Amino acid sequence: MDDTIFLLLAQDGITNGAIYTLLALALVMVFAVTRIIFIPQGEFLAWGGLTMAALEAGSFPGIAWILLGTGAIAFAMDLYDAGRRAGRGRSAAHLARSAAWNLGYPAVLAGVVWVLPLGALPLAVKAALTLALVVPLGPMVYRIAFQPVAEASVLVLLIVAVALHLAMIGVGLLIFGPEGSRTSPFSDAMLDVGTMQIGGHTLAVIAASAALIAGLYLFFGRTLLGKALRATAVNRDGARLMGISPAFAGRLTFLLAAFIGTLSGLLFAPLTTVYYDSGFLVGLKGFVAAIIGGLGSYPLAAAGAVMVGLLESFSSFWTSAFKDVLVFTLIIPVLLWRSIASHHVEEDE
Amino acid sequence: MKVHQRLALAAVGLTAALAAGPAAADITIGVIASLTGPAAALGAETRKAVALFPPTIGGEKVNVILLDDATDPTSAVRNVRKLISEDKVDALLGPNLISTATAMADVANAEGVPMVSVAPLDVTGDKRTFVFRSEPSADLMVQRIVEDMVANGAKTVGFIGFSDSWGDLLLKALTRLTDGKIRIVATERYGRTDPSVQAQALKVIAAKPDVVFIGASGTPAAMPQITLRERGYKGRIYQSHGVTSKEFLRVGGKAVEGAVLPVGPVLVAEQLPDSHPAKATGTAFVKELEAKNGADTRSTFAGASWDAWLIVQNAMAAALKDKIQPGTPAFRTAVRDHIERTDKLVGTNGVYSISGADHAGYDPSAIVLVTVKDNQWRLLK
Repeated sequence: MDDTIFLLLAQDGITNGAIYTLLALALVMVFAVTRIIFIPQGEFLAWGGLTMAALEAGSFPGIAWILLGTGAIAFAMDLYDAGRRAGRGRSAAHLARSAAWNLGYPAVLAGVVWVLPLGALPLAVKAALTLALVVPLGPMVYRIAFQPVAEASVLVLLIVAVALHLAMIGVGLLIFGPEGSRTSPFSDAMLDVGTMQIGGHTLAVIAASAALIAGLYLFFGRTLLGKALRATAVNRDGARLMGISPAFAGRLTFLLAAFIGTLSGLLFAPLTTVYYDSGFLVGLKGFVAAIIGGLGSYPLAAAGAVMVGLLESFSSFWTSAFKDVLVFTLIIPVLLWRSIASHHVEEDE
Repeated sequence: MKVHQRLALAAVGLTAALAAGPAAADITIGVIASLTGPAAALGAETRKAVALFPPTIGGEKVNVILLDDATDPTSAVRNVRKLISEDKVDALLGPNLISTATAMADVANAEGVPMVSVAPLDVTGDKRTFVFRSEPSADLMVQRIVEDMVANGAKTVGFIGFSDSWGDLLLKALTRLTDGKIRIVATERYGRTDPSVQAQALKVIAAKPDVVFIGASGTPAAMPQITLRERGYKGRIYQSHGVTSKEFLRVGGKAVEGAVLPVGPVLVAEQLPDSHPAKATGTAFVKELEAKNGADTRSTFAGASWDAWLIVQNAMAAALKDKIQPGTPAFRTAVRDHIERTDKLVGTNGVYSISGADHAGYDPSAIVLVTVKDNQWRLLK
């Protein structure tokens, strides 16, 4: 191995590591606030990438129908809840807001997408449309699948997450079809640095990840909403006594998680072909990174993600057949070390 | 007198009804395909072919039941058992992968139901008495590639393939067939959903092979070629016969120009010379398929599924001529026996002459080499 190959492999590993970082951060965040191990995180990646591909092909993205349908289910559940709790005030305003978000927004957006000349739009507009189409599914999914069982044990939430993952895989196959797609990169530019070339897209991926990490840092550190989420993560009951609704915290977390997932999909799709079921394996690597961070530490998870990316890149050079084996085996020493280094706290059920 | 006449008439009627009885029973054919899961793209091709199955064989109504195996051997077996016990199928077609086919074949053989696999399953031995296949083996396909490599004076070859059974199969075939002729200087593996094959491509390029063989299938097979070209590899790149759909061309774009691959002739049916035996059947099939699914929707996978149907149809027509009632074990055995007597049956992908000794019976001379030019498949002369 010479220097050029080493640098290329490192560049490749860091690019993929940046994407795993995004997924790992989302997993850590969702787990901290809601105690959900969010298996379907990767599905948002796949849906984001494939929606972008559909927009690039100039066809009406099937995800708009899913958004309409999911919104309708979420609203129906709100309506049912409101009916049960009738007469306890502020339900009318609550319902109106639910109708606006779950029915109005998808309908307006679907109308806009229907009218726009999709193929001719600039890249940035398509990316924004993709985010607008996929991200709202996050809070809706939380409303439908997790809010009714928000107080359940971690195991129940995990099972619900697995069920949701399987459902989303099926829906993904239905709307995107079995074939994969690849989108055009955000930048075709090639930068010559010394002996090596850095692709413009590589820089875009790393910049987007860095920006998002900084954004999250500011959000959690400086804004009231971010602090509310942190408070919920530390102590749900205490946060509720301070007037932070756990349902609201959950929806907000899922909004962020879906945003991160979709964004990573936009970054990932130009690197490789994305399939309706691509998300799981990529999400799993993000999960390995999150585990390295003990599902609790953002910086450790990010470091773990870069490590996974580099390990993957170098192991595919030396023994490509055992690449995934090596990456997933990494979790064993990490778990051993964590179980020895940290004292175990029984979760009270 | 009158009463007698009526009785006689009734008797005649009854006999006629009984005689018509066997003929009146429907034929049931079970099809297993990977409609969901990782091989869903292949299952979709089988579904296209199934939609074209004619409603009758030799005047008998045919019921076709298509079930999904979710690309999972366990559910393939479950569905095969259901087809055999509940639907009493007379024959089984499919599935798309060797893994599901192996699981399915054991059941079909134990229950005595003739099965024509669309996957290149090994169909030799006692445990495959009822099992046939309509897909040429990977060896025959790789053989064509190796011949072309030798003809073009290649001395070294690099291999990048899937890290699964398909990659293994192709690598084994390549290793065996190049033995003594061409040296394999690099063998690299990757996964279908990997985000990058940079490392593998770099290692292959570092070994400086004259040609590269990509042992993958479907759209993921485009990625190594894209990366190799990005990194400036100039040599000829061979793909396997697992990439033959327009989706591969769409995803691969410019990078897959000039790729060479062996295929069943159906992919380039119109471009075949008139002397090619499968030209007429292939052209007719492609025309019908594309009339229904749109232009450029052909693939060799749909062709192989159609050929499986032709093999079964041919044998069933012969079994019906012997006046054997569908839905009975006797009919299933007769169908099996008649498949073994398939003689020069012209399918869309080639000519099949099946015998007791050879359950695949594919004539390798039908295989053609194609290349990609202007994002289209072109027959390589």
